Amino acid sequence: MSLDTGEHPSSPAPSVGLFGYRGSRPRPAGGFELWAWLFMRISGLVLLFLVVGHVLIMHLPGEGVGRIDFGFVADRWKNPLWRSWDWAMLCLALLHGVNGLRVVVQDYVRPAAWRFAVNMFFYVVTFILFVLGTVLVFTFDPSRWPGAS
Amino acid sequence: MAKRKSDFTTLYRGATSQYAWLFHRITGVAIILFLFAHVVDTAVIGWGPQAYDRVMAVYENWAVRLLELGLVAAVIYHALNGVRVMVFDFWPATTKYTKGLTRATFLLWLACMVPITWLMGKQILDLLGVIG
Repeated sequence: MSLDTGEHPSSPAPSVGLFGYRGSRPRPAGGFELWAWLFMRISGLVLLFLVVGHVLIMHLPGEGVGRIDFGFVADRWKNPLWRSWDWAMLCLALLHGVNGLRVVVQDYVRPAAWRFAVNMFFYVVTFILFVLGTVLVFTFDPSRWPGAS
Repeated sequence: MAKRKSDFTTLYRGATSQYAWLFHRITGVAIILFLFAHVVDTAVIGWGPQAYDRVMAVYENWAVRLLELGLVAAVIYHALNGVRVMVFDFWPATTKYTKGLTRATFLLWLACMVPITWLMGKQILDLLGVIG
């Protein structure tokens, strides 16, 4: 059984079942798609530690997210480890997520113009958030608000 | 359009692994959409304590906390299922045990969610003033 990734204009995707596709993605033969496939797995493994760690640290101890305020973040970001952690997470999660969206769009948005538009929308949003998050992680300085933390 | 005869019924009755794939996709899309919002709400800290603490006040709400529990559940599921996918990808011999490994993934996720739901559930009850 061949499962395509939606890039075969000559053969329409097999519309089997309620959601069209029924399996996980087979490994692409080569080129960009193979690198994207590999990136998803490697970044996924790193994100397993970064994101699961982040989510558990933020939600489980004490009052959970209720304890997070300006002082909490300012204190945490005094340590370069957490700034690095958060920035690595920002980069990898955005790339992993936007590539995941690209695959989903490939499956469900068939008309070429729409697919291009939807993908572009996600790429632009991702880029803007990458810049916003990066500027923040590298320039945030709580001493601009004395007495706040 | 002529009615098409097919070997498949209209509603695909997916086996265990197809549900695993479907949940992976749903949780993945949910997580990236949350991330888009989360980068923005965190970036508000650059505008100072007043602005940030006002944004964080959103979490003083049981419904938002329930959504957070759902987010944690989605992240844990997506992570565990991602490992399952990688096991099959890089160690093809294991595909003989597809069903067992997929079930094991669901069970492991459930096992993780028991203490997490307990801890986060206590926080929600605490917030509502049910327990102190």
